[in-house]
Amino acid sequence: MKRHLSAEWTKLRTLPGIGWLLLAVVTLTPAASAAAAAVVSCPPAGCAYDVPKLALMGVQVGQAIVAVLAVLVITGEYGTGLVRTTFTAMPRRVAVLTAKAAVLTGVTLFAATGAVLASVLAGRLILPGNGFVPEHGQPLLSLADGPTFRAAAGSVLYLALIALLSLGVAVAVRDAAIAMGIVFGLLYVLSAVPLMVSDPGWQKLLWQISPMNAGLAVQATTRLSDLPLSPWAGLAVLAAWAAAALLCGGLLLRARDA
Amino acid sequence: MSAGTAPSRGGFRRLLRAEWTKFRTVRGWVLGLAIAPLVIVTLGLVAASGSHTSCGGPTDVCPATPVGPGGEAVDDRFYFVHRSLTGDGGITARVSSMTGHIRKPDVTQGARNVVDGVVPWAKAGVMVKDGTRQGSAYAATMVTGGHGVRMQYDFTQDIAGRPGGVSNGSPRWLRLTRAGDELTGYESADGRHWTVVGTARPAGLPDTVQVGFFVASPGDLTVQQADFGGSIQQSRFTEAIADFDQVAVEGETSGGAWERDDIGVTMEPDGSTPHHPGGFAQSGDTYTVTGVGDIAPLGDGQRIESTLSGLPAGLVGVIVVAVMFVTAEYRRGLIRTSLLAGPRRGRVLAAKATVIGTVTFVAGSAAAGITVVVGTRILRSNGNPVLPVNTFTELRVIAGVAALAAVSAVLAFALGALFRNSAAAVTAAVAVIIVPHVLATTSVLPVGAAQWLLRLTPAAGFAVQQSIPEYPHVISYYAPSAGYYPLAPWAGLSVLCAYAALALGLAVVRIRRRDA
Repeated sequence: MKRHLSAEWTKLRTLPGIGWLLLAVVTLTPAASAAAAAVVSCPPAGCAYDVPKLALMGVQVGQAIVAVLAVLVITGEYGTGLVRTTFTAMPRRVAVLTAKAAVLTGVTLFAATGAVLASVLAGRLILPGNGFVPEHGQPLLSLADGPTFRAAAGSVLYLALIALLSLGVAVAVRDAAIAMGIVFGLLYVLSAVPLMVSDPGWQKLLWQISPMNAGLAVQATTRLSDLPLSPWAGLAVLAAWAAAALLCGGLLLRARDA
Repeated sequence: MSAGTAPSRGGFRRLLRAEWTKFRTVRGWVLGLAIAPLVIVTLGLVAASGSHTSCGGPTDVCPATPVGPGGEAVDDRFYFVHRSLTGDGGITARVSSMTGHIRKPDVTQGARNVVDGVVPWAKAGVMVKDGTRQGSAYAATMVTGGHGVRMQYDFTQDIAGRPGGVSNGSPRWLRLTRAGDELTGYESADGRHWTVVGTARPAGLPDTVQVGFFVASPGDLTVQQADFGGSIQQSRFTEAIADFDQVAVEGETSGGAWERDDIGVTMEPDGSTPHHPGGFAQSGDTYTVTGVGDIAPLGDGQRIESTLSGLPAGLVGVIVVAVMFVTAEYRRGLIRTSLLAGPRRGRVLAAKATVIGTVTFVAGSAAAGITVVVGTRILRSNGNPVLPVNTFTELRVIAGVAALAAVSAVLAFALGALFRNSAAAVTAAVAVIIVPHVLATTSVLPVGAAQWLLRLTPAAGFAVQQSIPEYPHVISYYAPSAGYYPLAPWAGLSVLCAYAALALGLAVVRIRRRDA
């Protein structure tokens, strides 16, 4: 396994553009968070915003880059035919996939931690200027606050799970364009569907199974009882999606010709 | 140049044929462009079938929404004091006071929190109307709570007069006269010097009409952030009370007492007691009228484009196919053969864009046509009130959605030709077309920021599906999450077209300059 990990690590760190993608995760996530923080304001009468969620809004943009990174890790090999060499050298295909998933998770956790910390910092610096101050009923953003810390740590795990979900989909379809289409569809499009149906029962169910809505429940800190899922249960839904995608990809990888 | 035109036109046709052959012989692409419309149709029809509305009561049938002369759904509820008028004539009245009550969100649970005041579009004035049926043609001159004197007719039309409200010290004289099919509204501060507010020709006004004075007061709108994203709108009870005096009617009218109608008043569940009734009182020559409701087009409710919930999902499919249509050539090296056969590279790209755009337009028309027409029928048969629109608007929505799909495909295709890398191109296309729309319509972004997203990004093209326009004389929640786009339908699509043209232009420059 150590050999597998080292091989995958070498391939990942020499992937063209990997540095740019990681840089994009660490810069665009806080940039989007800062933009969201800059356009909202809290009047003296108070406001109903969930401040940690607002400061972590950039995760909704950062996840797209994480997905691209995860997809390229595997479709790059299929595109150039390198995958045949890989499987000749390491015939245990599931072990290869496991090693890939492990290396990808490590790299994503690293970048996501930086991105989330920078987002929280951006929110801490910008939001008080827009009226999010204790006098208006909004405590200052701080990681020492339990729910805020859970939202931040949960966002890091969220991004790692998005990477695993994307990897699973990419292994299953083997083409970058199709994989991106499926991942973006699952994330962004499925998240909007609950708002388009009027039946409350359907709305709740669709919300609960949408990987982005459910997974981002981990960022919620106010009115938790109104959410269809508790924060950690929401993240578990995303984990189930990622596990299903990886399982599906792993089975196809074993059964199919490379 | 003229000598070369004929053969080169033939050359372009040859290119088109070649690209069409390439497209239709790749099974994955054809399958992809068949799945995308299927997703739109399936999601739309399933969502429509799952949507039921029931209004309770013994029959469980919702009352039909009144429809105005222009075919639009309208709110037509007000207190009308009237008599019939045959032929030409008119009415003059003085509004000497306008007050009212507004119900605010409860501070203590269970206790009604009612304050004094009039809402900005509370109306008191004189009216000529084709009978007392809800939705019938009318014209009226009125003073409003916060928008001065107005002349309005047939629900959608609004002409501004002098600003300023009514108080005891400064009453407002209003006059409405009929001459043939034309009605003219006047206003005056003293009853001697009159100013014309506007003229109107309400649709199909008969010879005998009802003439009189009226009061209406639309609900007070409050908007709350919803838990799933989006918003919850609540319209709270308001009423307006106006004093009319110096009432004079000219022309051939019915004599006797004034007739009074609380037009469109809603009933309690028992079916006979009016809920929030209006009222009328007379003391000498002064009439005090209380009115609840509004005389205006209706913007709330499901619309024909509500059936297009699968559109973003279908567009993702379209984007993937359009990107692969060009990146696959680079990946397999086929592009070198294509460019050998058609050495004028810009034309090859143009031919490819034409093919992918046309194919997507056809698929999009089929998907939107079936979804909108069948989905609306299903919604209505399940008891959901769907705001009616005329055939022209319905065709515009269908053709517009097809064009949205086609132009999105061309933009995605151009990004594919620019990047020569499918992952980058799909990401970029989704990021500029789909993500801004999702953020603007579903997230916690404030309305202003959401509107700018839908003005500046290619997602502006989604505006083409909006079937109910914004009315400046009706207060409603005009936000993207409520289905109101900041740009007019075709203007929004033009923004998307401009982005597609720019990307295609850059792609042509790049393919000409760079080695394939």
